[in-house]
Amino acid sequence: MALKNKFSLFDVINYTVLTLFTLACIFPFYYLFINTISNNDLSSRGLIMFYPQEIQFSNYKHVFQIPGLTLAAGVTVARTVIGTALTVVASGLLGYLFTKNEMWGRRFWYRFLVITMYFNAGLIPWYLTMRNLGLTNNFLAYIVPGIVSPFFIILVKTFVESTPVALQESAQMDGAGYMTIFWKIVMPLITPILATITIFSAVGQWNQFYDTLFLVTDSKLFTLQFILWRYMNEALSVAEIMKQSSGGALRANLSIMPTPTSIRTTVSIIVVIPILLVYPFFQRYFVKGIMIGAIKG
Amino acid sequence: MSTGLAKIPEHPARRRDRYQLKGKYKLFLIALPFLVLVFLFSYLPLYGWIYSLYNYFPAIPLSQSEFVGLRWFTMMFSNEVQRDEMMRVLRNTFAISSLGIVTSVFPVIFAILLQEIRSTKFKRLVQTFTTLPNFISWVLVYSFAFMMFAVDNGFVNNLLLRLGWIDTPLNILASDNHTWLAMTLWGVWKGLGWGAIMYIAAITGIDTELYEAARVDGAGRFKQIWHITVPGIIPTYFVLLILSIANFINNGLDQYFVFANAMNMSNIEVLDLYVYNIGMANSNFGFATAVSIMKSLVSLFLLFLANGMSKVVRGESII
Repeated sequence: MALKNKFSLFDVINYTVLTLFTLACIFPFYYLFINTISNNDLSSRGLIMFYPQEIQFSNYKHVFQIPGLTLAAGVTVARTVIGTALTVVASGLLGYLFTKNEMWGRRFWYRFLVITMYFNAGLIPWYLTMRNLGLTNNFLAYIVPGIVSPFFIILVKTFVESTPVALQESAQMDGAGYMTIFWKIVMPLITPILATITIFSAVGQWNQFYDTLFLVTDSKLFTLQFILWRYMNEALSVAEIMKQSSGGALRANLSIMPTPTSIRTTVSIIVVIPILLVYPFFQRYFVKGIMIGAIKG
Repeated sequence: MSTGLAKIPEHPARRRDRYQLKGKYKLFLIALPFLVLVFLFSYLPLYGWIYSLYNYFPAIPLSQSEFVGLRWFTMMFSNEVQRDEMMRVLRNTFAISSLGIVTSVFPVIFAILLQEIRSTKFKRLVQTFTTLPNFISWVLVYSFAFMMFAVDNGFVNNLLLRLGWIDTPLNILASDNHTWLAMTLWGVWKGLGWGAIMYIAAITGIDTELYEAARVDGAGRFKQIWHITVPGIIPTYFVLLILSIANFINNGLDQYFVFANAMNMSNIEVLDLYVYNIGMANSNFGFATAVSIMKSLVSLFLLFLANGMSKVVRGESII
């Protein structure tokens, strides 16, 4: 069709608008990155704007000399891996259980669960409860409260309902118990939705910030997000770190001497890198996830 | 799998019934530990509502705290200073939520614009990069904001200074100008690409024959968008609109917490941040809990309202 090849004014505007917004979305990532790998002196004077200059990687070496940062990275990885694994298994299991009509009080318990998505007691009662349960300054506070997630369970339940019942029934006839059916038959069927949940849950754990803010004062349990937040807010703590992290010899060399900006940007990039690395792989999964979620709300 | 069925001699239905009868409590028992967790983290905190009836301080046990009845509740609106404060916080909450609802059409427009792009490569590129901000934390967004807009050596200020458009750097982050709008725009920056995914999927679901038929009938591009694409998206839009009504007063804490500073506090303090500030920062647990309770009750009301609307509009409930 001749019409298809015409590039109208609308197309020009459309391409321009979308290009500008896309640039606005990725430029901050790029801008921070080029500042972390450039001469720190130029960077701190605001001279690194569109491309890196005098490339060096000392900032990445320096931030890992900051006391506590490696530990925080470890804590963050641990909560992400353990938290995600438990959440995925629990979501799979509960999503499956709630498709079983014969479960005692199924409708009631399902509502009992789903209503918590929309209604909560509020921040202070939640905080006091966590404290009474001994979940302050406790690694479990990062894991246990997130194990049961109504949204993920809805996703799984909807997905299980779309798989053929005959498979489960024939296994029943062979005498398989519920748990056997879950592990051997249901789990392999629902891997696509479990992949989606793994991604959502892992990103959520990695990005979680306010549980540390409320529940943790012990610096051994700080997470990367929390440390980044502190660097953004407490100029003092950054200055302190700068003193500790670089030896006296380094201080003479302005180009690689850590600055508040270099520490902030470098930690930011470290926090975002894992997300960027897994992003291309999980991109195809989340569309499916969000669609199922939307249907059921 | 069908060989499994073949082995069954007779009465498969009866056998299934027996299986299900046995399963009744077994299934419940498997679920029980998880239901206990739900109780602990979502229902037990409701007990904490009694703190709103006491003059409670963290170090002193509740039994030794002064019982004040409904004083915290009446205090919210009884004296003038407090009333003004509540009105300010409510105004912020309503303004930011309303702007959020207004901007909720942006993802729709974005999806339509993207649909009109013919190059698949460009389309995928745009989608990939615009969805990315959804996956970073608000702390990181603030870190970006700081680097881009800081008063000394922020990218935007440096650019404008170099271009000669301004003489003195603008202090965009620590200012109270257009705080509501700025918060909304950050929300758009972070959520637009992600929000569009569902509409893009909705558009993909539209029967292409409709477009062909319209073209045969002489409908141009804009007529096709208006008469086919838009109606195809509307049902999805309604679902999300209803959900956003249910969450009208739940702005969340993260974004406002990280962007708040002494300069913009009076306009950025939404209910969630206010509860944090009086409760966690000022240790006025009783009053903070009272405000929390009011908030929970109002959002419960909004949930039922949204649910009712959903039933009327699409004949299906959201809970």
